[in-house]
This record gives sequence, C-alpha cells and structure tokens, in this order.
Amino acid sequence: MKEDLVTRLLGTADEDAGCETAFAFLAEYVEGELAGRPTAEVLAAVAAHLRNCPACADDYEGLLALLREQQRS
Amino acid sequence: MSSVLTDVELDQTPQPAAQRGGLDAESRAWVESLGAQGTEQAHALERLHELLLRAAFAEAGRRRHLYPEIGGTELDDLCKQAADDALLAVTAKLDGYRGASRFTTWAYAFVIFEISVKLRRHAWRRGRIPTADDDATWDRLAERGGKAQARVESIELLRALRRAVVDELTPRQRQVFVAVALNDVQIDVVAEQLDSTRGAVYKVLHDARMKLRRRLERDGHLEQEAR
Repeated sequence: MKEDLVTRLLGTADEDAGCETAFAFLAEYVEGELAGRPTAEVLAAVAAHLRNCPACADDYEGLLALLREQQRS
Repeated sequence: MSSVLTDVELDQTPQPAAQRGGLDAESRAWVESLGAQGTEQAHALERLHELLLRAAFAEAGRRRHLYPEIGGTELDDLCKQAADDALLAVTAKLDGYRGASRFTTWAYAFVIFEISVKLRRHAWRRGRIPTADDDATWDRLAERGGKAQARVESIELLRALRRAVVDELTPRQRQVFVAVALNDVQIDVVAEQLDSTRGAVYKVLHDARMKLRRRLERDGHLEQEAR
C-alpha cells in the first residue's frame, strides 16, 4: 500500500525521457513492440516515461491499438 | 531518478529526406509527394488527411466509454479539428521525420495526440482545476484499503508528504502537484488552464516529485536511491 502510494504520488524512480522525447520515439517504440523487439529495454527512458505519465501512456495505447487493428484488417 | 528530463541520451537527429536510404517504398513515396509542389503535393495532403481523420475517429471510438457525453456533430468536429491540426503538425515537422518507423505510424502519433488532448479538454471545459489539498483530500488517499499496519505506514507517509508539499514546493509546483497527483486532473487540462504544454507541466510535476522524494528520504520515510 505504501509502495502504491509512493508510485502514484511520486512516480517511479527510473530515468524519465519526458513528454517531448517520448513522443519523438513513440512511433518506433510501438512498431518495435509489435515486431517483438525489446523496445522497452532499448528505449528504457521512454518506457519509464510511459510508466510515469498517464497522458502519454494513453497515447501509446491508442497508437498500439490502431496499428493492431490495421494488422487485423 | 534523473533530475533533468532532457538528459537522456536518445539520438533524435533527423536525416534529410534524400539520405533516408532505409525507408520502405511507401514511406519514401509519402515523403517525396508531400515535399513536392502543385497537384502532387495537394493530392498527398488530401490522402493523408483522410488517413488521419479515420485514425482520429478510431481513437475517439476506443475512448468512447471515457467520454459518453461527447457524441454526434460535437465528436465529428473534434475529430476533424484533430485531423486538421495533425496534418499541420506533420507537414511542419516533415524534416524531423527520422525514418525510424513507417511514415504513416509517425503521422498517426500526431493525430492520436491531438484527439486525446481535445477529448480531455472538451470533457473538462466547464470544470475548474481542483486546488484542494485539505484534510479530506489527504484522508481520501489513506482510505484505500489494506491491512492495519500498512495503513499506519501509509498515514505516516502521507503526513510527511503533506508537510513536504508545504515546505519544499514553489507555488507553481504545488499547484500542479495538487491538481495532477492529488486530484487526478488530466495533465492536458492543467496545461490548457495554465496556458502551457503537456511537456512543460510534466516537467514541473517531475521536479516537484524529485524535491518531495529527496525530503522524504532525508527524513527517513523513503529509502535513499542511488543517483
């Protein structure tokens, strides 16, 4: 519970790329993930940002969903 | 945790269009036709706008459960505005396309961003940013279940955090931390009301969190992290 509170209120302790940098890498991050590449390891600072920033994480989910849908159709 | 958001070493160097040798044929065609003149460019802009508009509607549909009050022509207008703004952003930043993903994926990221910001702001348009950091707000955080011992630890942590918010943060940091972290206000909404950007508000929040972590570590409420 204490750990949950710390994460929720103070974010994770990882190095964080910030919104602009995360956005700049979002397309290749999502494509890499869909291709099964270890994107979260290679772009660790982007992955950390997506854990800390709900708005950017939503955009990541949206782009992922869009590409998955296109792969299906 | 890094104290400066921009110190991560990620190479964002854009390559001039002519040097993007690794591009797939479709991406190359997009870049060339958007960089052309006359009817070729106009046709490419039209096709890209259609793709972006479809993507905006798809994303709005995915988020429909979050914004059930937005629909009909209101939603159509938001999607069209998102596609228009994304098209402008894509053409303005075309030289920044690094070719590290397909061109359409890169362009879709812009429209996903635009529609998500517009939906959040539209849903909040009649609201005000909560500024409460009173007893009720802090108590609510402690009342989220858990065993007795864990609850005691959480209450102690929250008391220390509340003191740190008052002692350590600037007025702007406190305003952002209270809105986003304590009251769950969307960061895009805060950015609009502060006449700022998502990235700038996030930076304020990040710096506030850093200060609070350091204070809690100093006072023995959090374990110290290696830096």
